[in-house]
Amino acid sequence: MADQTASGAGVSSSAQIRESYMAQTRRKRLYGGMILAVFVALMASGFITADARNAGGFWDGLHQLGAFPAAVMSEAAEKITDLPANLVKYFPALVETINIAAVSTLIGAAGGILLSMLATRGLARWPRLIPLWRRIMDVMRAVPEIVIALVLIFVLGGGPVPAMIAIAFHTVGALGKLFSEVNENASLKPVEGLTSVGASWTQRMVLGVMPQVAPNYLSYALLRFEINIRASAILGFVGAGGIGYELKNAMAWGIGRYDEAAAIFLLLFVTIVAVDQIGSHFRDRLTHGRKEEVLA
Amino acid sequence: MTMASDIHTVPTDSLKTRADAMFRTKRLWSFGLPGLVLLYLVYAFFAFDLPGLIDRARPENGAILMRDIYSYKTHVERDNRTGEMSYAIEGERKGEYPEGTRPDWVTVKGDVTTVEMPDGHEVRYYPDHVEYEIPGYGTISARSEGRGVEATYPDGPMPDYISAARNRVMVVTDAGRVTITRNRTEVFRYFTGWELFFFTLDSPYHGLSAGELLSRATSGEAGAIWHDFWQNNMWRHADVAWALFETLLMAFLGTFGAALVALPLAFLAARNFTPLMLVRQFFRRIFDLCRGVDALIWTIVLSRAFGPGPMTGALAILLTDTGSFGKMFSEALENVDDKQIEGIRSTGAKPVQRYRFGVIPQVTPVLLSQVLYFFESNTRSATIIGAITGGGIGLLLTQAMITQKDWEEVTYYIILVVMLVFAMDSFSGWLRRKLIKGDDGGH
Repeated sequence: MADQTASGAGVSSSAQIRESYMAQTRRKRLYGGMILAVFVALMASGFITADARNAGGFWDGLHQLGAFPAAVMSEAAEKITDLPANLVKYFPALVETINIAAVSTLIGAAGGILLSMLATRGLARWPRLIPLWRRIMDVMRAVPEIVIALVLIFVLGGGPVPAMIAIAFHTVGALGKLFSEVNENASLKPVEGLTSVGASWTQRMVLGVMPQVAPNYLSYALLRFEINIRASAILGFVGAGGIGYELKNAMAWGIGRYDEAAAIFLLLFVTIVAVDQIGSHFRDRLTHGRKEEVLA
Repeated sequence: MTMASDIHTVPTDSLKTRADAMFRTKRLWSFGLPGLVLLYLVYAFFAFDLPGLIDRARPENGAILMRDIYSYKTHVERDNRTGEMSYAIEGERKGEYPEGTRPDWVTVKGDVTTVEMPDGHEVRYYPDHVEYEIPGYGTISARSEGRGVEATYPDGPMPDYISAARNRVMVVTDAGRVTITRNRTEVFRYFTGWELFFFTLDSPYHGLSAGELLSRATSGEAGAIWHDFWQNNMWRHADVAWALFETLLMAFLGTFGAALVALPLAFLAARNFTPLMLVRQFFRRIFDLCRGVDALIWTIVLSRAFGPGPMTGALAILLTDTGSFGKMFSEALENVDDKQIEGIRSTGAKPVQRYRFGVIPQVTPVLLSQVLYFFESNTRSATIIGAITGGGIGLLLTQAMITQKDWEEVTYYIILVVMLVFAMDSFSGWLRRKLIKGDDGGH
């Protein structure tokens, strides 16, 4: 834009340039203002609609916001001596939640690696099938975990396995997409070298591609593990075992069992924050370490 | 990498031992790590009680589910005390045939009602008893008798698809299911497809072909046809569309609300805009808290205050994402180029103007693309949060699943959710490309 006005400078006077510049600025401002107005209108009308559809209104509920946490806190404070016992009591459930997340991340990563290799140009085993694998990953990512979990609970009964399968299914799609983006940047030279000595596709992938992309894979898998812990806690709430299930039960008991709810809240919070911190530390080191290598 | 520089100074022998040691470590890792993973999976195998799970699994539920996805059943039921017949699709009130009508595979001759089933099976309702003719086996005759069912079977061994008890006789074959108890006699006949998807039986448009519908629509009945389809009380298209909109609304309000809240706070948490460590740390800890508490806990806490509904879900997304956005935005702000800000400052701009014209244009593409990524993934999260807090398509989905019989509706909702997520995926991808490209053109 700026170039065009500048090139016209030779023929038109500076007043004209100024005029056209101001006109452009005005138009840009007008468009910006219009988009902003539409956005504000959407937000406001959306808020009003959501507020009208909610069982309790926003403004009525706002001053009660602290009531429930206060009730939980005060009961927990009353029975503060029970807190260690409660923490110990619900620790196995927490371990189950973490196990669900870890196993589903491992399985999901394995599936994601395979699918991403099949769906990357230059690496694919069957280049014609690339769009098919991509679509499969899109579908796996799009299906909400809760759907698979609820169907599997109906067939397999409650417990950690339905949640694990549901999260793993989603993870395959999500990691597959990220991994295939990493694969695109991998150098094809080692693969070509391996092809020239007659390596099979599996050997080319494991020996030629994997060493290049492993740090990035690991970093994404760690990020996914953090997300999966949250997901497995949520799925527990709909009956798939782990700490979410215990939380739901403690909540259903209501007043009198809030000390247990508080203990579960605490466990969940500490776990999420801890995994978040540890994960981001390791991810930092993985990507940072790679940078150093590149520089050296 | 460091080895390359050492080559000139270190003698070859020690270099070789070092290389050997490195290989050993590498070998240990490349065999040890998969081994550890395998060990963990073995532990998980027992921790999840997989052997017990195989006992507890109910594959017949899976079979019911699979069959229900692509087929439906029509119930023909007689109340054995009053003799009243009723015909209903899926046995639901809203799928009942109106008074005086019946499926065309049921014939009434005098006081005998005959139900034709596939493979030559036939059920005949007589005033005082029921006969079920099974080709290749014979005719079962049953009547209600005192407190149970008195049934006579053809001679020979009883096939295992008949379960006969004193108060209930049930025959399950590929042709359908017949249940006879003292109070009622039920016949289920299965059909392929999704029943009444467009119009229910009480609509005059039920059973018309697409061509007929089109000609009727052009002759002025379009409004009525649309009304009958949209208000179809079996599939509730209007409610489903509204629920989808509600899910999208939750994601929209939550994501963009969070972005609006997080943007000013991110300035307060960025090193180059807030020199005061205390303030910075305070806001960073707030972001950590928002993220750490997690959408699940926020949903529970908020639904206590606001009750179930889309607003609660939107606020839960808003709070969680405020934490994520705050962290990401403040990192983006720490990476901005100072030169542009200095340039603006040199013209005598106030701090707000400096931020508006020096910082915002630099970070907008990055932030917008992050926000759009979240919008996309929150569409999916809103389904799950909706299931917990009670709003949107998530609620419909869990309701349909809890009844454990409307699996065709569950399938329908799943397809809709996947399509919605797909649509959001491509929409946000398109917008992102457009924004980033538009930005390049501007410079």
